[in-house]
Amino acid sequence: MIEWADQIFVLLKREILLLVPVALQPLASILLSVGPIMGVFATLFAATTVLERKGLGRIQNRLGPNRVGPFGLLQPLADGIKAIIKEDVVPYRTDRVLHTLAPILIMVAALLAYSVLPLGRNMVALDLDAGVLFFFAAGATTELAIFMAGWSSRNKYALLGAMRAIAQMISYEIPLILSTVGVLMAAGTLSTTGIVEAQSGYSGLFPNWYVLTPWGFAGFFLFLIAATAEANRSPFDLPEGESELVAGYFTEYSGFKFAMFFFGEYLGLFAANALAITLFLGGWNAPLQILDWVPSYLWFFAKLLFLIGLSIWVRGTTPRLRADQLMNFAWKFMLPMSLVNILASGLWRFTGDGVLGWLVCGSLVAGSYYALGLNLAPKNAVTKRIYRFAT
Amino acid sequence: MMPYLLLSSLLFSAGLAAALLRRNAILVLVGIELMLNAANLNFVVFWKFGPNPESMAPALFVLFSIAIAAAEAGVGLALILALHKHFKSTNVDDMNLLKG
Amino acid sequence: MSFDLAILALLIGVSAIAAITLRDLVHCVLCLAVTFASLAAVYLRLGAEFLAFSQVLVYVGAVAILALFVVLLTRTGEPRAESRFSPQVMIPLAVCAFVFTGLAAAAWSSSLKDSPEAVGASMKLKDVGRELMTSYVLPLEVLGLLLTAALIGAAILAKADDGEDDEVTDLGESQGQQQRPMVATTHSDPKHD
Repeated sequence: MIEWADQIFVLLKREILLLVPVALQPLASILLSVGPIMGVFATLFAATTVLERKGLGRIQNRLGPNRVGPFGLLQPLADGIKAIIKEDVVPYRTDRVLHTLAPILIMVAALLAYSVLPLGRNMVALDLDAGVLFFFAAGATTELAIFMAGWSSRNKYALLGAMRAIAQMISYEIPLILSTVGVLMAAGTLSTTGIVEAQSGYSGLFPNWYVLTPWGFAGFFLFLIAATAEANRSPFDLPEGESELVAGYFTEYSGFKFAMFFFGEYLGLFAANALAITLFLGGWNAPLQILDWVPSYLWFFAKLLFLIGLSIWVRGTTPRLRADQLMNFAWKFMLPMSLVNILASGLWRFTGDGVLGWLVCGSLVAGSYYALGLNLAPKNAVTKRIYRFAT
Repeated sequence: MMPYLLLSSLLFSAGLAAALLRRNAILVLVGIELMLNAANLNFVVFWKFGPNPESMAPALFVLFSIAIAAAEAGVGLALILALHKHFKSTNVDDMNLLKG
Repeated sequence: MSFDLAILALLIGVSAIAAITLRDLVHCVLCLAVTFASLAAVYLRLGAEFLAFSQVLVYVGAVAILALFVVLLTRTGEPRAESRFSPQVMIPLAVCAFVFTGLAAAAWSSSLKDSPEAVGASMKLKDVGRELMTSYVLPLEVLGLLLTAALIGAAILAKADDGEDDEVTDLGESQGQQQRPMVATTHSDPKHD
C-alpha cells in the first residue's frame, strides 16, 4: 500500500503507455512526462503569486488581495484573464523578431531545467549522466534572452536593466556553480538522481543530507543567495528596480508577453529552489526515518513550498542592494567563500564525519566567514557624510 | 560520417570568410571561433566513427579546446576594446599605423 | 543522413552564414549563439553529453555574451555608410571556396568515409574525470594557469589605455567645469554688488 502510494504516478504512466500503440510510445512517454510537469508548476506559479502577495501584504501590515473568490484565492485567474485580453503594445522602433523571441526563449530555458529535477522516487523526466551540468547550461541561455529583451526594446531603461541583469547574473553564476562542487565531490556523480540517492539513509536520528555538514550548510546558503541573485529577486532586484529603471528589461512588454516574463522568472526561481533541495536537502527523502511512509513527491513539494516561503520572507524584509555593494558581495565574499567551501568538503572526505571533521571543516568555514565578513564591512563605521555639490 | 565532415568544412570556410572579408574586428574574432568549432566537431566525429571509440583523448582535447577558446575570446575582445579606445574604431582597415 | 541531422545541419549552415554576413553586429552575435547551440545538439546526437553541455555553458553563456558586451561598448554613433566587407572580395572568396573543396575532397577520399558509427561509444563522465586526473593532469594544471593569465591579461588590456584617456578627458571636463562657474560668477556678481 505504501509502496503503491509512493509510485502511483509512475505506475499510472506505465499503464497509459501500454494502451498506446508501440510506434507512438516514445512520443506518448515524452508527453506524459512533460505535460504533468508543466501543469503542476503552472499551478504552483499561480498559487505562489497569491501566496506572495498575501505574505508581502502581511509583512507590510496590510491585507493583500482579498476580492476575487474566497480569501482572494481566485486572484491568479483574474490576473491571467487580464494578461491575455490586454493589448500587446509593441513600440514602433523595436526589433520585432527579437522582441517576440525573448519571452519565449526565457520560458523555454526555464522549462528545460525541469527535465533533470527528480520530483519523487523514480520521477525524473530525463536521467542524464551530467544532469547538474545540463541544469546550468539551460540556465545560461536565460542571459541571452534577457539581453534580447533589453536590446530589442530600443529603450534606454530596458537596455540599462538588461546590462545590469547580465552583469549580475554572470557574477553570481560563478559562486552558484562553485557552491555545488562540494556536493558533486561528496556524491561522486553529476546525475541528479545519483545525488539524491547518495543522501538517502539515516545516521542515528538525522538524515544523511548534505546540509547537515559544515560545508553543506555553508554551500546551501551560498547556493540560495546566488540563486536569488540569478532570479533577479529582491534584495538583488537592481535590474528591474522600479524606482530607478521602471521595470528594467521588460519595460516595453505588455499583455501576454509580460506575463510570460513573469512566468519564466518564477519558473526559474522554482527550478533553482528544486535544485537546492536535490543537492542539499536530500531531494525526496523523508527527514525522519519514521516518516518514511509519506509519499516521496509530497516531501519534495513540502520542501519546495518551504523554500518558496523563505524567499517571500526574504523579499519582504530586505532592502535593495546598491550596484557596487552587489558586485563587492559577489566577488569579495561569495567567490572566496565558495572556494574555501570546496576545500572544506575535500577535507571532510579525509577527516570523516566525526568530531575531528566537524572541528576542522567547521572552523575552516566559520573562520573564513568571519574573516571575509570583516573584510566586507565598512572600514570606518559611521562618519559625517560630506556632500559635494555641482557648482 | 560524410555529412558531419561536410558540415565542419562549411563551418570552417564560413569562419575563414568572416576572418578575411569582414571589416569589423569583432566579426574577425567570430570567424576564428567558428573555425575552432569546426575543428572541435571534427574531433568528436572522428572519436565516434574512428577505430577506437573507447579512447577519451578526443573528448578531452575538445574540452581543452573549449576552455582555451574561452580564454582566447576573452583576451581577443579585451584587445578589441583597447584598440577601440586608441583608434576610436573597430574597423581593421583603420589599424594601419605601420603603413608608410 | 537522417531527418534530425538534416535540420541541425540546415540550422548550423544558415545561422553561420547569417552570423558572418548580417549588417547589425548584435544580430551577427545572436546568430553565432544559435550556431553554437545547434553544434551542441550535434554533439548530443553523437553521444558526447558532457561536451554538449560544456559547449552551451561556455560558448552561449560566456563567449556570446562577452561578444555582445563588446559590440555595445565599441558602438560609436551612426554606422558608416561604407560596405561592411573588405574592398577585395574575389580573392578571399576564392581562397574560401578552395579551402572548402579541399576539405570536402579530403573527407571524400578518407579511408574512414564508410566506417560505421560506434554504437556503444558514449562519454561517461566518470571516465572523463578519471582521465583528467590521471593521464591529463599536467595539461589540466597548465590550462588553469592559462585561464588565470588570460583573466588577468584581459583585465589589464581592457584597462590599459584607460589611464591616459581618462586623464585627457578629465582635463577637458575640468576645463569646461572651470569655465562654467566663471561665467556664472560674472553673471551673479552684479547682483551682489
